[in-house]
Amino acid sequence: MSNENNFPVKKVNIICAKGNIEDIYAALVMGNGAVMEGIETNLFFTFFGLEAIVKKWMKRPHTAVIGNPSMRMPGLGTRMPTWLGVIPGLEAIVSWMMRKQMDDLDVPPIDEFMELITAGGGKIYACKLAMDMFKIKEEDLSEHVSGVLTVGDFYGLAGGEGSQIIFT
Amino acid sequence: MATKNYVGVTVDVNEEGYFADPSQWTKEIAVEIAKEEGVELTDQHFKVLDYLRGKYEAGDSLSIRGINKSGVVDVKIFYQLFPGAPLKKSTKIAGIPKPASCV
Repeated sequence: MSNENNFPVKKVNIICAKGNIEDIYAALVMGNGAVMEGIETNLFFTFFGLEAIVKKWMKRPHTAVIGNPSMRMPGLGTRMPTWLGVIPGLEAIVSWMMRKQMDDLDVPPIDEFMELITAGGGKIYACKLAMDMFKIKEEDLSEHVSGVLTVGDFYGLAGGEGSQIIFT
Repeated sequence: MATKNYVGVTVDVNEEGYFADPSQWTKEIAVEIAKEEGVELTDQHFKVLDYLRGKYEAGDSLSIRGINKSGVVDVKIFYQLFPGAPLKKSTKIAGIPKPASCV
């Protein structure tokens, strides 16, 4: 038997500290994928990652069109010139296009994604310090959030054999 | 290609136990695969299996989101019906290939 099978991943604890579309979705796809494999899953949103769990912010996450050298021109495949990013509304349009493309691939919006994750037993947590920093109250958080944690609480949850901490 | 014997019928399976030929599947066989997976099949399970096979035959890709929107079961019940790894388990019992989707 191979080594991977002797030491399977039993629990993942994913930390998302950034709020761009790609950062939020990396955490959600990894988290949902783990739940679907029967792996115990904790998702911890901190700093700008709060974008994904604050009710009034989570509907329309954005991606950066300035300072993002990997951004390509839709249909052309060439790099998007940085100066284009200053066009008012461009970030919103590009972000809308990205969300649309994900939707076409059956990647759900954040709220629905979290519903799938929690329905399968995955847990979503908010960081207390980040909430204090950004003046976010518990009632501002999505219904899918199970609780607000300190760093110590997070490490407490992350314990156990076959448990992994992933910082995206 | 490996073979497996369910209720006296020999079927072709891949190394993970998924059916190589979904047309070899029957409901009686499904009951046997489900037992191996620790699942006791009910009418509700069969509704899900029918849905999955229908999607497969139509050439559609399977996703957990699609199941939630299927009208057959919601995701919570899906996880209860096929505990652990529901999409992998249910497609195995449904005698169709393992889904290659990340969502």
